[in-house]
Amino acid sequence: MSTPSPTIRVQAHDFDLQVEVDALTGGRTDIGAVVSFVGLCRGEQGKLSALELEHYPGMAETEMRRIADLAIERFSLIGATAIHRHGRIEPGENIVLVIATAPHRQAAFDGANFIMDYLKTSAPFWKKEHAADGTAGNWVEAKDADDTAKDKWR
Amino acid sequence: MKTNLVYFAWVRERIGKTEEEIELPEAVVTVGDLLIHLRGLGEEYETALQYPDVIRVAINQEHVEHDEKIAGAREIGIFPPMTGG
Repeated sequence: MSTPSPTIRVQAHDFDLQVEVDALTGGRTDIGAVVSFVGLCRGEQGKLSALELEHYPGMAETEMRRIADLAIERFSLIGATAIHRHGRIEPGENIVLVIATAPHRQAAFDGANFIMDYLKTSAPFWKKEHAADGTAGNWVEAKDADDTAKDKWR
Repeated sequence: MKTNLVYFAWVRERIGKTEEEIELPEAVVTVGDLLIHLRGLGEEYETALQYPDVIRVAINQEHVEHDEKIAGAREIGIFPPMTGG
């Protein structure tokens, strides 16, 4: 059996969770578990008007694929999808989608969790905040907690 | 040898350029050497790279440590810690 190839996309437009799940499960009878994660833009109690997502074109896709391939290998996933948006994203909108499919739930949960933890610290994306009061944006600072989350998979 | 440098997020904003092609002196062997060299190019570079420990670098679009040799690099990306997801 050949190793599954993940679906990886970096795009400005929104994604459709159901369409992406169907793309992984359609026509198959070997999948027993689908775990999906959708990351959204928080409004920070009205203080944020939008996030601006910058990425390193080419490297972002390459790094997301590398991470998804690691997860497929490590958790014997049947399939994986990772989609990350770039550009201006307003509160309530989707930012990122990760889906992992497997015969059983634990591998699917772990696979999706692993991809998100690595994506946050290794995929070249940066968030800039635009404040609701129109003041100049601040770059979001990286969190030590994200590195700790990634380190648990070592 | 000319190398293409690409900058992202606040490194890009502080340097004031998205990318540039520069000629590197022979003494610049590692990523760490490159960051020191760039800091000497002007105030904007000094501001962008004053805390080299937090600066992340990719050679030919792959993450590398600061002790990595840069010989043969076509493209070197310089950016802050990532905050996607």
